[in-house]
This record gives sequence, structure tokens and C-alpha cells, in this order.
Amino acid sequence: MDKLAAATADQLRSDIPVFKAGDTVAIEYKIIEGDRERTQRFQGVVIARSGGGINETFTVRKVSNGVGVERIFPLHSPKLGSIVRLSVGKVRRAKLYYLRRLKSKAAKIKEKR
Amino acid sequence: MLGIIGKKLGMSQVFELNGDLIPVTIVEAGPCQVVQVKTPEKDGYSAVQLGFGKKPEKRASKPELGHFKAANTEPYRHLSEIRDFESDHLKVGESITVNLFKVGDKVKVSGTTIGKGFQGVVKRYNFKGGPKTHGQSDRHRAPGSIGASAYPSHVIKGMKMPGRMGGNNKTLRGLSIIKIDPDNNLLYIKGAVPGAKNGIVTIRRQER
Repeated sequence: MDKLAAATADQLRSDIPVFKAGDTVAIEYKIIEGDRERTQRFQGVVIARSGGGINETFTVRKVSNGVGVERIFPLHSPKLGSIVRLSVGKVRRAKLYYLRRLKSKAAKIKEKR
Repeated sequence: MLGIIGKKLGMSQVFELNGDLIPVTIVEAGPCQVVQVKTPEKDGYSAVQLGFGKKPEKRASKPELGHFKAANTEPYRHLSEIRDFESDHLKVGESITVNLFKVGDKVKVSGTTIGKGFQGVVKRYNFKGGPKTHGQSDRHRAPGSIGASAYPSHVIKGMKMPGRMGGNNKTLRGLSIIKIDPDNNLLYIKGAVPGAKNGIVTIRRQER
């Protein structure tokens, strides 16, 4: 496993901020349409981080017009422009899948101070 | 044909420059040493025998030692022949590394598939199984009919039935090389490759 990790180590990004499940983040994601490139903003709560090394991904959930939207981003993708941690959540689990069945105020995460 | 022997390290992923994700299998290939060169005049066909993965001399049998002594090489754990190796000026004792390949080369990869034990026809031959509802019992993964009755009064040869699955040699063609790391003898091959982790695979360049 060590050799496998070493073989992809050069692709790991070093500019990734510290964030964990429960945090609210804003992501700039590059989208390439033909020869044009634009960035798309996605803001929401990180509900999971999974995988390790180059395979690591994180899931961001937001509720848009009453519809829950989740996106999974590869953490080390060059398409990720920036990750900004807007607030630190106070949560007691690593995976917040329980948020999917909660609505409005119950789905709110307390901020850590 | 050009080829090299390697050890499958496992699967991972590589990001392309534009950010696209490519699934890759990372293989530690070579360095291999030519142990024997076979010629049509002497052996009836042309091939080179490559050795991969050194082993201590005390681990080699006497006939093996004789074979390696004739080639003046150290004993190798794995030997494999590559038919019709392109460079005919290749001599016994020469070393072959991943530099044999270029990024973008099409390759075929042979290896021993993962043994899956005794399996039924649904997993082994992708049979559909029986209906799941309408009063079925015990027919969900059954093979169905295996032939007619009085004529021919026996099951025809080659009928697909449950049995041992996996653990046989498979070659996957049309895979491409995404990246080469000559310092660590690594080949990054797009997609999956037969065999388990740490399995021995042969990577040959595909013509055309």
C-alpha cells in the first residue's frame, strides 16, 4: 500500500484548508465547456469525507428551493478552484447522513465558538 | 512485440491536466533481465525469456541454477517468454525497463485472475436466474433447462454449469499507458488489469 500511496503522492494538493464534517464551505469549481472555462460556486455543509490519499472525496449538501442537493468532490482534483471554510460546525459524528431526513431548523448545525 | 513482467500494486487514480479523472492500475514493472533468447533456427520460434524478481541462490533448484548460470544472471523468481521480441539484437543478460514503453502506447496485459471458488451460473456465466416472484421457490439463481429429453439422452458437452471460477489466465487488450515513472519502475495503465494485488502480470505492446 505504501508504494501505491507514494506513486500518487505527487498529485496531492497542498493548498487544501483544514475542514471536517459539519463545516460550512464555499467551493469554486471549474467547469470547462468546449474551450470556455468558468467557475461555479457551491456552498453548503460538508456531510462526509471519505477515502484517503488521492482517492479522498468530500460531500457537500445544501438545500436549494426546498430540494436537497448533494455534490461529491474529489479533494485533490485540479478542477477545485478554492475551498473556503465559512463556519465550523459543532457535530459529534464524522458522517452527517442523518441531515437528509431533517428539515428546516432541525437540519441546522450549531456553530462552534 | 515488446514486453515486460511486472507486479500489480493496485488501483488508484490520476488527474489529467484538464482535471479529468482517470482510473489507473499501477504496476511495478521490471527491471527484467534477458535470461534466454530463442531463435527459429534453434528453438523453432523466436522469443526472449525474461526474468523478474530476484531470489536468493539457495532458493533456486539445481536445474534452475544451471539455467541461470548459462545466462550468467542471478536467479529470478519469475520467468516469462515474450514471443517475437522486436529488437533482435537483444542479448542474454541485457536489462529491460519501463522505458520500453511510451505514454499513450496500447498494451495488452496478461495475468492470473482472482480465484472465486465454486460459483453458480449466475455469477460464472451471467445467466439471468429464474423469476423472483410468481410463486417461485429455490429457482432464483437456477440455470434452467440443461437439455432435451429422450433425444439426445445426455447433456451436450460444454454445457455451462456451476464450477470453479477465476484463477485462470486472462489477457486484456487495448489498454493504454497513462504515465511512466522510470525512477520507481512504475507503469500507470488505464483501467483494470487481471489479477489480485501483488499478482504477476505480463505487459506487451499491442501492434496497430
